[in-house]
Order: sequence, then C-alpha cells, then structure tokens
Amino acid sequence: MRANIGYFLTSLRIGLFMAIRQIKRGSWWTTTLIIFVMSLTFLNLVVVTGILVGLIESASEVNRTFFAGDLIISTLEKKTSIENSPRILEIINNQPGIAAATPRYVGGGTLEANYQTLRKTDETSNSVSSVIVGIDPEKENAVTRLGTKTIEGEFLSKDDGDVVVLGAYKLSQYLPIESPGFQTLKNVGIGSRIRMTINGSTREYLVKGILKTKADEIDMRVFVNDKLLRNLMGRYDYSVNEIAIKLRPGVDPKMVKQALLAYDVDRYAKVQTWEEAEPKFVKDMKATFALLGNIIGSIGLAVATITIFIVIFVNAITRRKYIGILKGIGIDSTAIQFSYVLQSLFYASIGIILGLAILYGGLKPYFDANPINFPFSDGRLNAPLFGTLIRGLVLLVATLIAGFIPAKLVVRQNTLDAILGR
Amino acid sequence: MIKVDKLIKSFHDGEKELVVLKELNLRVKGGEFISITGRSGSGKSTLLYQLGLLDHPNSGQILIDDIDVLALNPTERTRFRLQELGYIFQDYALLPEMNAEENVMLPLLMQGLTKRKARDMAVKALEKIGLGPKLDNLPSQLSGGEQQRVSIARAIAHDPKIIFADEPTANLDADTSQVVLDYFLELHREGQTIVMVTHEPEYARLTDRILLLSDGVIDDKEGIDGHKH
Repeated sequence: MRANIGYFLTSLRIGLFMAIRQIKRGSWWTTTLIIFVMSLTFLNLVVVTGILVGLIESASEVNRTFFAGDLIISTLEKKTSIENSPRILEIINNQPGIAAATPRYVGGGTLEANYQTLRKTDETSNSVSSVIVGIDPEKENAVTRLGTKTIEGEFLSKDDGDVVVLGAYKLSQYLPIESPGFQTLKNVGIGSRIRMTINGSTREYLVKGILKTKADEIDMRVFVNDKLLRNLMGRYDYSVNEIAIKLRPGVDPKMVKQALLAYDVDRYAKVQTWEEAEPKFVKDMKATFALLGNIIGSIGLAVATITIFIVIFVNAITRRKYIGILKGIGIDSTAIQFSYVLQSLFYASIGIILGLAILYGGLKPYFDANPINFPFSDGRLNAPLFGTLIRGLVLLVATLIAGFIPAKLVVRQNTLDAILGR
Repeated sequence: MIKVDKLIKSFHDGEKELVVLKELNLRVKGGEFISITGRSGSGKSTLLYQLGLLDHPNSGQILIDDIDVLALNPTERTRFRLQELGYIFQDYALLPEMNAEENVMLPLLMQGLTKRKARDMAVKALEKIGLGPKLDNLPSQLSGGEQQRVSIARAIAHDPKIIFADEPTANLDADTSQVVLDYFLELHREGQTIVMVTHEPEYARLTDRILLLSDGVIDDKEGIDGHKH
C-alpha cells in the first residue's frame, strides 16, 4: 500500500516535471490559443447565463425597489381596505428594523383625456381605466424613491392640489400597443388636463409628471396626493390599501414579518416579504431563465470539454512516438497521463483566472455602469463570486477529464508500435 | 545473465504468417559484449525488442538473472526496464522539450531518486561521455553524435544490468561512430553487459562474440555457451 502511494507520488512528480517542460518549451502560440479558448469558454459559461439571470433579477429588484419595498402589507381578499390601518402603521413605525413606511390608498377609476371635445361626432373616446393610488409623496420617496424615476415634468409634492403623476404605460407614446388589454391615453403629456372618475365622483386634474420605473405595478398606475384621493373615494376612516416598508440595511425581512405577525397584523392584512409578493410571472421567468442559463451553460461546458479533448488528443497523437519512448525507457503510464492532465489543469486554470479578471475587471463594472435597456428591466450581469467560482470548478473538472481520456487512449497503445510509428 | 529458449516471434501480413524468430536459443553471460548481425530484415531488431521487453514473443522463454521476464505483467515489465535495463535507440529517441541533463534525469526521477541526486547522477553520466559543457542544450541544439551520447548517458546513468543498443551508429559518420564504439568498449571493460545490433562487420568484430541471425535462428559457430569469437 505504502509502496503504491510512493509510486503514485513519484508518477505525479514525473508528470509535473514533464508537463512543465512541455508547456515551457512548447509552442507559445498554441499555449496562448488554448488559454484564450478556455477564457472565452469560461466567459461564455458565466456571462450568457449571468445576463439572462441578471435580466430577470433586475426586474425583480426593480419591483422591490420601486413598488414593494422590503415588506409589503396589502388588503386581505374579500376586504376593500386594511382595517385598523392607523394601529397597524403605529406597530410598523415602532419596529426597530424599519427605516420608513409608505401607506397607499388604491382604487379603480377611469381617466379621460378628450372629454371637452368628445361631442364632435367623428371623435372616439380617449379614456382608460386605471389603478389610482393616493400617496404621501415624502413617505413614498423615503421608501421607494419614486420621485427619482420622473422622466417628464415633476413628481408630486406634499402641498400639491389637483395634479396627477401618470405611469408611463398609461400613455400611448410610451406603450405604443393597440390592444384592448393595454389601453393608453393618446396625446396626453405634461400640462394636459384629464378627468378622473372614482366611485362615481369625477374631478379634473393637471398632468404634473410622468414616471417610468420598468416595474409594471408602478408604470401602469396613476398617482395623486392621498388627501385628494381619500376625499374623492369618500374614505374618511384612514383605512389604506397598501403599506410598503423599507428596512434598515442588514435587517432580514422575514424577521420583521415574524415580528409583525406577533402583533396579529395578519388578522387585518396580508403581510409579505418582497420575494413572496413578487408577481408569479416574475418567479416563473426566473425559473425559466435559470433553466435556459443552465442549458446554455451546459452546451458551453460540452464545447469546452470537447475543445480540450481535441487539443490534448492531437497533442498526444503527434507525440505518440515520444510517449512510446517514455514507456520504453521505463516511465510509468500513470506519469505520462499525469503530464497531460496537469497540462489541461494549467490551460484551464490560467484560462479561468484570465476569465475572472476580464469578468470582474471589465464586464461586470461595464454592465453595472451601462445596463442593457430591456423593456422590463435594466439588464445587469449577474455574476456572484461563489456561483462563478463553482462554474469555474465545474469547467476545471470537465477539462481534467477531457485531458485524461485522450492521454489514456494514447498511452495504452503498444509501446513498440508507438516508437516505430506503426 | 540472459537465457533465451525456443523463442518464436511471428507477424501477420494479411492472412500470411511471417515467422521472424524460429525457436531461437541464446545465452549471454554477465559482462559480455555481444553483437547481433544479419541481413536487413533478418529480425535483429525484433530479437532486441524481445530481449529488451519492448515487445512480447509468441512463445518461448527469456530469463534475465533467472527472472522469467515474460511472466511479468505490463507494469512489472515497465519497472524492470526502468531498473535493470538500458536502451539505446537507433534514432537516439530523446525528448525534444528536455535538455540533455533532463533527458538523462527523467528515468532516475522515475526510480524515486530526489531531484538533486538524479541531477548529480545525470551530470556525472554526461560528463563521463564528454557532454559536460552541453548539459543545458536541447536535442535540437546537439549534433547527431552528441544526441547519441546523451542517449547512451540516459541508458547507463542508473547503472543497468544490461544495455541494449539498436544499431547505435546507423545515423552517425565514421568518426562519431568510432567515438560511440570506443565508449561501449570502455563500458565493457568496466564490466557492463552489452547487447548490440549492428550490420557493420567492423564494429561487430570489436565485440566478444558475433551472433549471426539468419533465417530466424542464430548461427553461433562458437556454440550457445558463448566462447570468445
């Protein structure tokens, strides 16, 4: 047993001795090319998947940042609003981990743009139904920073009167789709007057600003000051429909949720972390994109494995005579196989290190600074270090196997046939 | 030292069987320097490959120091070659990416010697054959004669029981061939057993005994006990 271990270690040492010299005194062009291919393969493995996942992760992040916060409290099914809202807000504001909370009044209504000229016979109605949200602009900004996403005009301020901020997807210029499911207002912009009807009450508003966050929950809504909406809806009990909560850095949403449940908040409202509140299509897309990423990654891995297999096989075949000589002078087959496996290890390691440098030194900072402009998110490159290292490790193992098999195939050939080139 | 009995080796050329060695018998004593000669295609190299354990005969027996080497498994045969035999090839068979010193060191390292010890022994072997100044040269930077001397140094560095040389002067000019032969004779004087295949009579005559391989058998006029030719 000990002798076998000793022989194994000697073979490893000889394999290393030969591998170093083959790399050092081999063709630099070939070595550079192989390393380049390995780097690209690694990047293919990480970046394609990273962009796909990053795309949907960004959508998810947008939803969290601009809509749900870290926790969202919403109306129970079969209820029209959150009962006991003032008490619940008091409980929320007394929790130590909470940085800010924004209560929202939410109602369904209709917006009309051409109500003043509609009597002309050839004109069709320019109106949409919409979710209308009443907010306290300061509290909303403290949680969601919605004001920073105003792309035209200005965001609401606390003292605003009959003004409205529209989500961009309520306007045809931002959502040019002609479909019954996506009704939009035409020819409406900053300064336009629109008429809003809720619960039979109608009032005229001036368009003050337009928001675009790429979160549908926001971009398909219409925002007014909460006092105005409360009056319009006739809701005088201060019962809100949503409360989005922002936590202090490092505070676990699940812990805060548990704390709120301890106060029986769930008797009056639905308490969800941002992940739980994520729309189902986002969850489905996450799973789909992760699957796609894995499929593409697997293809990349197979390509890398085949590439290194071919490289090592060609190398071993062209050196078949020398492999025969090595066996002829008494070098163990294991040592020869080690030399090829170690060469593969070298190519893969340097390729992966180079790939990591390109990824974290170039691509990641670039995509963070210049996200890809997708309709529903700002696509960033999702490449967490741990996951990336795991992919690197998988590539390394695949490469080692791909280096070992051709070496094994060539080494097992008859020694004399190899020496004589038969 | 070497006892060969009824050695048969044949090759297949399509359906035709070509018997190269026909129940060949041979004895080589320790410290003997013998040459195997014969016409081209007579099976000289084939015999050397069997003796040097690079190939496996169809039947027969080869004993080296009373060890039935044909009964060894492939791993044991490789280790036997490594420890007990030295092999000099016609075309030198050096590894192109290793310099002279490393080519000689490699089998020594495989024997489990430390790098320092292997280097010392390699340097000693190379200096002994006059290649001390060219330790760092790659094979491509050496002449044919120098490459063959590196090959000899590699074969002798671990002090093998037997050296097998397969036409070691075939690719060398007359002067260089004489240098190589002189070196073999020096090794022989030191007691080294050498089996050399050659087709050049003037070099064969320098050995203790000439074995003429003809028609698959050895025509050893002195008998298989190996008297001085």
